[in-house]
Amino acid sequence: MERIPILKMGRHLLVTIQVDMHDRLAMSLQDDLTDRIVSARAKAVLIDISALEIVDSFIGRMIANIAAMSRVLDAQTVVVGMRPAVAITLVELGLPLKGVRTALNVEHGMALLKAQLDNSDDRDADASH
Amino acid sequence: MPTLHTEERPIHSSEDVVLVRQAVRARAVQLGFSLVDQTKLVTAASELARNTLEHGGGGTMRLELVEEGARRGVRLLFADQGPGIADLQQAMKDGFTSGGGLGLGLGGAKRLSNEFDIVSRPGEGTRVTIARWR
Amino acid sequence: MATQAQAQTLVEILREDERSLLHEWLEAQLESTTMRSTLLTRSELQDQSRRFLDALKAALDHGGLDSASPAYEGVRQLLEEMSTARGRQGYTPSETATFVFSLKQPLFARLRERFKADAGELAATTWGATLLLDRLGLFTTEVHQKGREQLIIRQQEEMMELSTPVITLWDGILALPLIGTLDSARTQVVMESLLQKIVETEAPIAIIDITGVPTVDTLTAQHLLKTVAAARLMGADCIISGIRPQIAQTIVHLGVELNDVVTKASLADAFAIALRRSGLSVQRMKDSSASSIRRVRPQDQEAEG
Repeated sequence: MERIPILKMGRHLLVTIQVDMHDRLAMSLQDDLTDRIVSARAKAVLIDISALEIVDSFIGRMIANIAAMSRVLDAQTVVVGMRPAVAITLVELGLPLKGVRTALNVEHGMALLKAQLDNSDDRDADASH
Repeated sequence: MPTLHTEERPIHSSEDVVLVRQAVRARAVQLGFSLVDQTKLVTAASELARNTLEHGGGGTMRLELVEEGARRGVRLLFADQGPGIADLQQAMKDGFTSGGGLGLGLGGAKRLSNEFDIVSRPGEGTRVTIARWR
Repeated sequence: MATQAQAQTLVEILREDERSLLHEWLEAQLESTTMRSTLLTRSELQDQSRRFLDALKAALDHGGLDSASPAYEGVRQLLEEMSTARGRQGYTPSETATFVFSLKQPLFARLRERFKADAGELAATTWGATLLLDRLGLFTTEVHQKGREQLIIRQQEEMMELSTPVITLWDGILALPLIGTLDSARTQVVMESLLQKIVETEAPIAIIDITGVPTVDTLTAQHLLKTVAAARLMGADCIISGIRPQIAQTIVHLGVELNDVVTKASLADAFAIALRRSGLSVQRMKDSSASSIRRVRPQDQEAEG
């Protein structure tokens, strides 16, 4: 079965989601990531969703789960590259995405993580309104 | 109001849900929906398709291209022969934090659509209809 | 006489005297005061009329007098093309319908000639023909209407796009000055174009200035908040500036929750915050009265006010 590749960059993991995932694929990604965070002793996970045209509540919950599990394993999660149409739809859907930081792209995401390390800044990306 | 085109899709697996998304997207593009409207429609369809699969035990989606005066739209009907919903009002309330459950699918799909209708009784399955106009 | 036979009679009439019928019909069209010869040349009109007669003959042959039957598809398509084109050229619905209605005159003249001795037959066939032509004429009106509606919708969309410019104040800092009243549709267009610009310029800060917005109702406020929420999901922050005292009152009165959305009274204040967040500061240059915007070193960066 196909799996979504996880790239290791130093102490960071980068996941680029490029396919319209069906549920089993999403679940296996969650499992793979958790394993990898532990085995790589990763400090952060960047999830690049710039190729996703749809993020529904299932994918949203997957992302929130990944963020929650990462935090337990002492790693940060940053979601990057959300498309405008997806963002607008998620706000309308009312999906909170608690505890998930966001950035415009991988570069900004890395800068965010670095700044965090420097300042222990704790801005939350809570989108619920 | 005239129906320009009808198609039916089975929903019996998570791959079917992906196919439903693709079919709805294709029709929305064909009708010339804006990108945001396409996304809202496909996302709503995804939510309802998932509900049909997980809570309805599988079912079908019927897609109709409809026309009313100068405007055109897409109407989707999700039907299953599952357990049905006892308390519709409760089901429509958002239950995101409860990590699953009908609530978030229905309330969300309603917010993302121009029209929303649901018929469901315990033991009689569920039929959810949504529509979005161009 | 059954309607099929009536249809046959009409076909015969259309066939046997085609040239002079076409000529009379053309004259009737040009004569009626509603036709504008400046928009269509005589030969274009003649061409359209001839094609209509051909299509009508074929339809009568296979579909009788029933304009809704599939045999009339060719006629309907022709009328649809024609109506849409004329609508765009500026013809009124009446002018377009006259195309069909003015065929009655030459047609009925020939029916009178043919049924000189049979008043009953004359009445019946004339009635059948008039019903058919009436329906076809009304069809052109419907198409005409639809065309105008679509044009209006397109123009509205274009207007909305034009009135929402997003400005780059500095690298990574956008500004969206909103002017005028914000209705639901316009606010949505505004929202989308701001978010699109954020992606294109990769700007993590956007200032939405509402100095030029006289009133804000609940729906508009909600839309603004949704824009801010969507931007945050994408990885950008919004600052809302230009909140006038009346609007501040309205917002509180409406019970709209601003939560952690940063708001500033003026665009200038918002810009100052945006600069600071971007690690930039404005400094006066030593030997002139001008200033420059320079990147601040990390250790100089103040804590955010």
